[in-house]
Amino acid sequence: MKFGVVRFPGSCDEVDALIAARRVGEAELLWHGDADLKGVDAVIVPGGFSYGDYLRVGAIAKFAPVMGEVERFAARGGLVLGICNGFQVLCEAGLLAGALLPNTSLKFTCRQVSLEVVNASTSWTNACSVGETLSIPAKHTTGRYYAPDPVLDELEANGQVVLRYRAGENFNGSARDIAAVSNHAGNVVGLMPHPEHAVDLLTGSADGLRLFESAARVPA
Amino acid sequence: MTRVRVLIRPKAGILDPQGQAVERALPALGFEGVAHVHVGRLVELDVEDSSQVAAMCERLLANPLIEDYEIQS
Repeated sequence: MKFGVVRFPGSCDEVDALIAARRVGEAELLWHGDADLKGVDAVIVPGGFSYGDYLRVGAIAKFAPVMGEVERFAARGGLVLGICNGFQVLCEAGLLAGALLPNTSLKFTCRQVSLEVVNASTSWTNACSVGETLSIPAKHTTGRYYAPDPVLDELEANGQVVLRYRAGENFNGSARDIAAVSNHAGNVVGLMPHPEHAVDLLTGSADGLRLFESAARVPA
Repeated sequence: MTRVRVLIRPKAGILDPQGQAVERALPALGFEGVAHVHVGRLVELDVEDSSQVAAMCERLLANPLIEDYEIQS
């Protein structure tokens, strides 16, 4: 399994994502300005502040040359994971439903969060079990997941709610405690917490590795 | 060139903590009788063809899922 990690101007978690992906396979960086995915089997859109997050988080990054390729790759069933800013970019690009709004506290918050696995059949959670808890750090100012109620109903009905914040853990005010959603086919997943920062017990938890292990189990 | 202003507001019904923070701060300064404060963005631009501004709003300037926009020229 070969992972590609997109690097935008202003990305800051792409190296951790590379290191995490290399625990389970090969990984290399993909430059935002190149409309070329270099034949990778899975794409990670990492955290950071792409293009300075000017105007609105993820609003400019969605037009990067690499994103057109990511959209075509996703439409063909390619594995795509958006983490934090990457989740915001995937929502702006229309690959995932909804949008991320400022935390209700309006504060940047960095903390470990407990997440409940709601769907363990997506390409990025198939190594987990439903109901299991993952402890993963989150660090953001704009992470309040929002979608209109009919869209939320549809996501729930289709099993597209992948992870939820456990009781008391929804610090950003996300609708229905949603921490991660997928597209209908389950090959594209986005979440605000950072699994790539939780791949070694040295930093408190290795639960984030489960997402990378899941992708590695999907036949290339 | 025509000068166009686009006002972008959080959609009605979506929690606007920025507006709430301002609404709470004003009485603390002695300004009473303030309600329904919302904080948005103003984009000013000079355009040759102002008929394109709505499309600009839909594709980039606003996110219609979470924001309403109003074009003033």
